[in-house]
Amino acid sequence: MRFMVIVKATEDSEQEGALPDPQLMADMNKYTDELIKAGVLLAYEGLHPSSKGARVHFSGKNRTVTDGPFAETKELVAGFSILQVKSLEEAIEWVKRSPNCHAGESEVEIRQVFEPEDFAPAFSEEDIQQEKEIRAQLADQAAKK
Amino acid sequence: MSATDPHRTIEAVWRIESARVIAGLTRLTRDVGLAEDLAQEALVAALEQWPQSGVPDNPAAWLTATAKRRAIDLFRRNAVARRKHEELARELDALEQTSPDLDPTLDDPIGDDLLRLVFISCHPILSTESRAALTLRLLGGLTTAEIARAFLTPEPTIAQRIVRAKRTLAEKHIPFEVPRGPELAARLSSVLEVVYLIFNEGYSATAGDDLIRPTLCEDALRLGRILAELTPQEPEVHGLVALMEIQASRTRARIGPTGEPILLLDQNRAHWDLLLIRRGLAAIDRATNILNTNSTTNRSPTDISPAPRNTLTRGPYLLQAEIAACHARAHTPEATDWPRIVSLYTELARLTPSPVIELNRAVAVSMANGPRAALDLVEVLATDPSLDRYHLLPSVRADLLYKLGRHHEARTQFELAASLTQNTRERVLLLTRAASCQTPPG
Repeated sequence: MRFMVIVKATEDSEQEGALPDPQLMADMNKYTDELIKAGVLLAYEGLHPSSKGARVHFSGKNRTVTDGPFAETKELVAGFSILQVKSLEEAIEWVKRSPNCHAGESEVEIRQVFEPEDFAPAFSEEDIQQEKEIRAQLADQAAKK
Repeated sequence: MSATDPHRTIEAVWRIESARVIAGLTRLTRDVGLAEDLAQEALVAALEQWPQSGVPDNPAAWLTATAKRRAIDLFRRNAVARRKHEELARELDALEQTSPDLDPTLDDPIGDDLLRLVFISCHPILSTESRAALTLRLLGGLTTAEIARAFLTPEPTIAQRIVRAKRTLAEKHIPFEVPRGPELAARLSSVLEVVYLIFNEGYSATAGDDLIRPTLCEDALRLGRILAELTPQEPEVHGLVALMEIQASRTRARIGPTGEPILLLDQNRAHWDLLLIRRGLAAIDRATNILNTNSTTNRSPTDISPAPRNTLTRGPYLLQAEIAACHARAHTPEATDWPRIVSLYTELARLTPSPVIELNRAVAVSMANGPRAALDLVEVLATDPSLDRYHLLPSVRADLLYKLGRHHEARTQFELAASLTQNTRERVLLLTRAASCQTPPG
């Protein structure tokens, strides 16, 4: 199973050009190393502050673009990683071991990623039935030889 | 309703910590079977206590300390082992008082124990199926029941297999160590063999199989990735990881609506997992960089030190990964770099000659140079009497003859292939192709 770990922003992370605390960086690197050594980390990225981003609002056929920064800091995404583990509990256990990304309070959300098996088959019931019939015919013909 | 469950939390902690705990206990007790039993007892204690007390801050330390106490109890109760108990107790006391870094030159003592555990569970004195079961148990954190379901084998059989494996390791006094020097390559090879076996068991799962079976691919990938970090200087380890990442990238595209397998060239590439492909290509880069760094052409002419192992030669897993990467990089089948695949198969055939590799090379040659050139290769293969019952040979030969317009001969070969294959679906396909060969007029 895959889980996306979403690190929410803080006022610090939203500050342009702010350099992260070196000890924090060292702690984060060590933690990332642990995830890699455990074979569970598939990907991870940090995001620039929202001041460098934009939003596109959809309303029917209309598109409206708004430039960052955006106000609701605690809901913004500052970074994400993708873990491959066997359960939500395992993802939680790994996330709990992370150093606190920011001094003070911060939030990390964990969401399960859809896997191919989660999707309904791309073929309709009719297609599947037709496929089965064709194969039955072929088997029939082969048997007659 | 809550999505999380306390029991599953403890299982998750076990999956994260158990291998290290067992590895550490093996170093203390010098007996991997005993170490695992002690760790399991600690797990039982955790399942009893943690739902009330909560998961401790350092679960690995808690499990290890609990296991050590059990070890001392065990030796205390066993009068025959009393002397061993005194030695063990002294050892445990000494270890508890000193820092974990017994050897200041070891910068990762825990990692070393884990690597020792990998090598001992994959020891060649055990059969491959025993190695696989033991590895999944000690390093994968799977239960016996899970391993049994995954390998479509009865649970008591797997349980016995694991018990016997541990007994063999103890009786033969297999040391808990990382092999050195010339022994390392062969021992590493038997580790990679186990990991790939587990992967292939998962990869071969068909629709309708127990859902745990395809998860073996994830288990194998995780083991491979762990190994890659434990032995980062080994190109073949990165090669195997790359091969598995890229093969796993095709999971969604490989199976059709009625569970039938879809050939690589017919797969919908939009369903290939780009994240896994990217990881596979990165692993290939890692392997290649190691080989290039060790290349003698990069060494100073006055350097008289012995050349490192693995200078320049790509091993079989890396070569197979490179072949898989050629397909992964092609956005459409037409964009495939067939000449490169041909030269990779040629190199692979030199290392590990086999009819399958020769046939695959012939198919690649037909794509790169046309069916005539490939047919020459296949007809040489067909003179090998050991391949008389090998259905893929006439199958490929038939396809090439068909492409050359020699339908009468093609039909004969399709029918021969159909008579040799065990697989009903494949037989049907081959007979259909035979039927589609136009008979000459008159």
